[in-house]
Amino acid sequence: MTDATAAAPAADRIDRGRDSALTRLRTATEIDPRMFGMLLALAVIWIGFHFLTGGTFLTSRNLWNLSVQTATVAIMATGMVLVIVSRNIDLSVGSMLGAVGMAMALLQAEILPEWFGFGSPLVWIISLIVGVIMGAAIGAFQGAIVAYAKVPSFIVTLGGLLVWRGVAWRLASGRTIAPMDSTFQLLGGGSRGTIGGTATWLVAVVGCAGIVALLVAGRRRRQKYDFTLRPIWADIAIGVAGCVAVLGIAAVINSYPMPVNLARNYAEERGMEWPEEGLTIPLGLANPVLLMVAVAIAMNFVATRLRFGRYVFAIGGNPDAAELGGIKTRWTVVKTFMVMGILVAIAAAVQIARLNAATSGLGTLAELYVIAAAVIGGTSLAGGIGSIPGAILGALVAQSLQSGMVLMGVDAPIQDIVVGVVLVVAVALDSAYRRRLET
Amino acid sequence: MTTVDTSTTDTTGRSAQPLVELRDIRVAFGGVHAVEGVSVDLHGGEIVALVGGNGAGKTTLIRTLSGAHRADSGEIHINGEHVTINNPRDARDLGVETIYQTLALADNVAAPANIFLGRELLTRWGTLNDTAMQDATRKLMAQLNPRFTNFVSPVASLSGGQRQSVAIARAVHFNARILIMDEPTAALGPAETEQVRQLIRQLKAAGLGIFLISHDIHDVFDLADRISVMLQGRLVATVNKNDVTLDEVLAMIIAGKLPGGASSEPGPESP
Repeated sequence: MTDATAAAPAADRIDRGRDSALTRLRTATEIDPRMFGMLLALAVIWIGFHFLTGGTFLTSRNLWNLSVQTATVAIMATGMVLVIVSRNIDLSVGSMLGAVGMAMALLQAEILPEWFGFGSPLVWIISLIVGVIMGAAIGAFQGAIVAYAKVPSFIVTLGGLLVWRGVAWRLASGRTIAPMDSTFQLLGGGSRGTIGGTATWLVAVVGCAGIVALLVAGRRRRQKYDFTLRPIWADIAIGVAGCVAVLGIAAVINSYPMPVNLARNYAEERGMEWPEEGLTIPLGLANPVLLMVAVAIAMNFVATRLRFGRYVFAIGGNPDAAELGGIKTRWTVVKTFMVMGILVAIAAAVQIARLNAATSGLGTLAELYVIAAAVIGGTSLAGGIGSIPGAILGALVAQSLQSGMVLMGVDAPIQDIVVGVVLVVAVALDSAYRRRLET
Repeated sequence: MTTVDTSTTDTTGRSAQPLVELRDIRVAFGGVHAVEGVSVDLHGGEIVALVGGNGAGKTTLIRTLSGAHRADSGEIHINGEHVTINNPRDARDLGVETIYQTLALADNVAAPANIFLGRELLTRWGTLNDTAMQDATRKLMAQLNPRFTNFVSPVASLSGGQRQSVAIARAVHFNARILIMDEPTAALGPAETEQVRQLIRQLKAAGLGIFLISHDIHDVFDLADRISVMLQGRLVATVNKNDVTLDEVLAMIIAGKLPGGASSEPGPESP
């Protein structure tokens, strides 16, 4: 379940005559049924909101914004999956985001310019590096207390939630720190922080090629060892569906044009003619979304293809077995918290770049959204079960609900109530499904 | 007529050099002496059963060999060489593999991932080579348990016998010389028990030395060459299976009574 690519012929054992076409499609393509369910739920939510908002939800503008709003939570949720799978929890990510974000803001707004001067690329590079190191160090520190001092992670990170929020406050005595370095701001994905239309298509084409390459490599590997192959139509169906999805997303993103003022500046900068009716120049993929995609691919690789990921899952499934198997379980746990800390630092950079400022309240309650994303995405709090694509989808589901309700003009307290209810319902459905599997 | 072998010397025609010797092992938990100066040995191609009631110390004793506990004192010799075993990795490096009563499987991952847990096969880029691990598992299972066909589901969904097969496959795949089996048939039905017994005989014939911990006295009489009886952390005696009756062994387990009514005191420790 953690590794769909190495899966063998589940379809062979199933009496095909009795199954519906949908089930047959699912078994032949070996798509995780929970993933399938989540995609369906997302489709229902999107279409539902589209009608409820009178047709404003499924617009390129809203979907583009949705992608940017999802990015930071999704980035952190990929790390939270590993933490929760290893039977731990990290409640400190919101406060950590505040402290790391504040440190990076102070460095580039007040400290480093005195050394290198404003606008020097060293300013944002050094502050980003320091932020990532700080995130890793905080994660390692908390992880070491969990793993070696045997303090439950709930307690360690609950303490961290208070400590790092206090640190964020003390670093700037509660002030708001601004502005950020102008290059650094591109990380936040404002109207300038996008890669443009052509590059977006390029990314999509590379993504398509990647999907096809993975499918071909998977078939070759199975052939080499003489395993039963997936039916060729299933592989083709996956490839086509994947490519259509990737290119479709690119098309939607690229149909959101730059606002008029920005487009005019853009045209002027490049010496382009500005016609009466205006120009439609696509913004393209926002930088934080590109970053999220890169993080998701990297983290999925870590979780399913590296020994570290395998050990995290083994520890979550049976800590004693992992220990007896000769795995350095404690060091592995420390590493999961370090990875979490690094991802928090990346999310913090995106946040302060987007806001062009750091406040001491930065990241408040982020821990809850991150944990909710991971859990809605099928991560089991009992440990041992979870997936990176699931967490990304979970973040997207949670953010879609929120953004849909904003479009509908639902009051903030009601929004919280709905998200809370959905979280519980999602987990209830998931555990009901899992119980059914066990019988 | 009844010979009682309480020393480490060998009375039968096996090789003189024991594969494993545990000498005067002591383990205490807090103030409780779980194992008090026990010595046992094991030869290649031999099965030595460790029997005794609950809390007799047999699992604790054997865990010092598998690396799960450290002995407070005593020595472990493998092939006559004094060795130090601090953790399961050390034990495995010395060719000692253990099948725990709980099987020690990660229930949420599939059979190949369990068999190679901690010793994964990697591609030349350092990533997990799941296809190769699955292939090796298929070949291994073709020998051990041909009816085993599920290589992709989490082992939590397998039957007791299949899970046992996974645990055994993990132990034998890496050229173990010494196998420790803690209650290998405890959770199994009759057919599966017979299958595991057959497998144990097969491994013995292949020249492995096997320590068998079992509550099932029939298992013990069926499989073992020698029987070491423990009571309250001490060794009562080690006897050749062919020299004793089932009742005599039961008397040793329950009362520490030596065969032939020789002595009811715990057996003397090795010189």
